[in-house]
Amino acid sequence: MATKKKEEKESKKESKSKENLEYVNKQGKRLDGRTVDETRPIKIKVGVVPNADGSAYLEWGQNKVIAAVYGPRECLPKHTANPYKAMVRYTYRMATFSVPDRKNPRPGRRDVEISKVSSEAFERAIFTEKFPNTAIDIYVEVLDSNAGTRIAALTTAAVAVADAGIPMRDMIAGVAVGKAGGNIIVDLNKYEEDAPDAVDIPIAILPNSEEIVLLQMDGLLSKKEWVEARTKAFAAIKKVHELQKQALLEKYKNFESTPSNDGSDKQ
Amino acid sequence: MSSLICDLRTDKVLQTIREGKRLDGRKFDEYRKLSIERNISENAEGTARVRLGETDVIVGVKILPMTPFPDTPDDGSLSVGAEFLPIASPTFESGPPSPESIELSRVVDRGIRESKCIDFAEWSIESGKYAWNAFVDIYAINHDGNLFDAAAIASITALLDSKMPKFEDGKVVKGEFKGKVKLSRKPILCTVSKIGNAIVSDATFAEERAQSARFSVAVTEDEYFSAFQKGGLGSFTASEIDTALDTALKNSKELRKLI
Repeated sequence: MATKKKEEKESKKESKSKENLEYVNKQGKRLDGRTVDETRPIKIKVGVVPNADGSAYLEWGQNKVIAAVYGPRECLPKHTANPYKAMVRYTYRMATFSVPDRKNPRPGRRDVEISKVSSEAFERAIFTEKFPNTAIDIYVEVLDSNAGTRIAALTTAAVAVADAGIPMRDMIAGVAVGKAGGNIIVDLNKYEEDAPDAVDIPIAILPNSEEIVLLQMDGLLSKKEWVEARTKAFAAIKKVHELQKQALLEKYKNFESTPSNDGSDKQ
Repeated sequence: MSSLICDLRTDKVLQTIREGKRLDGRKFDEYRKLSIERNISENAEGTARVRLGETDVIVGVKILPMTPFPDTPDDGSLSVGAEFLPIASPTFESGPPSPESIELSRVVDRGIRESKCIDFAEWSIESGKYAWNAFVDIYAINHDGNLFDAAAIASITALLDSKMPKFEDGKVVKGEFKGKVKLSRKPILCTVSKIGNAIVSDATFAEERAQSARFSVAVTEDEYFSAFQKGGLGSFTASEIDTALDTALKNSKELRKLI
């Protein structure tokens, strides 16, 4: 891997045009055939954990994520409860087998940070003030990964929270945008994320109000590039949002005609 | 009682901001007085103490030979940690690092690392066996808001001040150094708070209590951003982020002159 990185660094020094060809070709296609604005294929299924109050499963390219929501329920330990609102507790985890090496099952610093910023995104979306003294627990488990898992996790979790019937100001939808080989591209895969000039910008918004509820970035980015990346991100997020809505409709479309359902789902 | 007083102060902050002013008379994009002290600890390879108004942060750097990561056998590494000492605030407790301190250290780390100011290949000693690892440890001494910027400025200052140890015959030569650590850029972290509808730089503790969200951006001297981080329970509009970025481009230039 290190030698590969070094080779990439060498080729970067050689010529700038070659560097551009490496990640986006003359036809505007990326190595996996996508355009610069295109996300990997996304599939969402709602209601996959019967015990949970709400749940969802998502495949986003190679990324596979399962999310379950429990709550609003009693907030334990009790001293952590807030008499004015529900506590949103979001736990992002990666399965030990979800990465090329084995992930240490103990939550690392990265997991803690992702869980923190994702909780904060949900605090904005959920009407937490409606459920004082309770906890809303959102658990997300990444089963397979190839760049962009925190956004895949957040996107899945938002659908699961909606499935749990927890009132939200809006859905949360996101995408990671960034840069590879001088190109601003949407939804970087692992190879693109390892580019010598790679920039990774996970961003999540409330799609209707366009409020930014999660934003991180690493890599070297100019103001101009940020504006381009943000514009591309917002356009891609609208499409992700459509898929979230479709997935929820898919579960509930039959409920209208048959209010007393066949019991296949406890909801 | 003290929390009631804090609540009253929060109301006062919001009211003052609505009037277009701040409690301490600063402009929205203005920093408090920043002062830097060096050589806090003789045993450290480099140290810096940053005071930003009443906020006080000490950073110490230790540089040790470590086994490089298997996927980067020819690279040194950087580890940033933060301790929110109970010394610093009634809100801080002893014990394992809180999510807040982990977030802070990771944002400081990203700002420095992603600016590519360190050539990690230069820190290699023997491929696959030894490479220098810089441990940057942040200690909050007094928390009056904006620990992020104070910690980031102290970290880059301490790194710039650090001596590179000497390594001979499989071990470190105690007390001997081969010059200072080389950094090709000086990334500066600039944090803004959203209070009401205002975007305010360098918030005090009272202002942070009144904020709905926080946004940090690291800026290099060639006007690139090397890290973003949104925190807090609220949200930002795209144009508020743009305001924060422009403010950071401006403020980072002034702050960099001081280090």
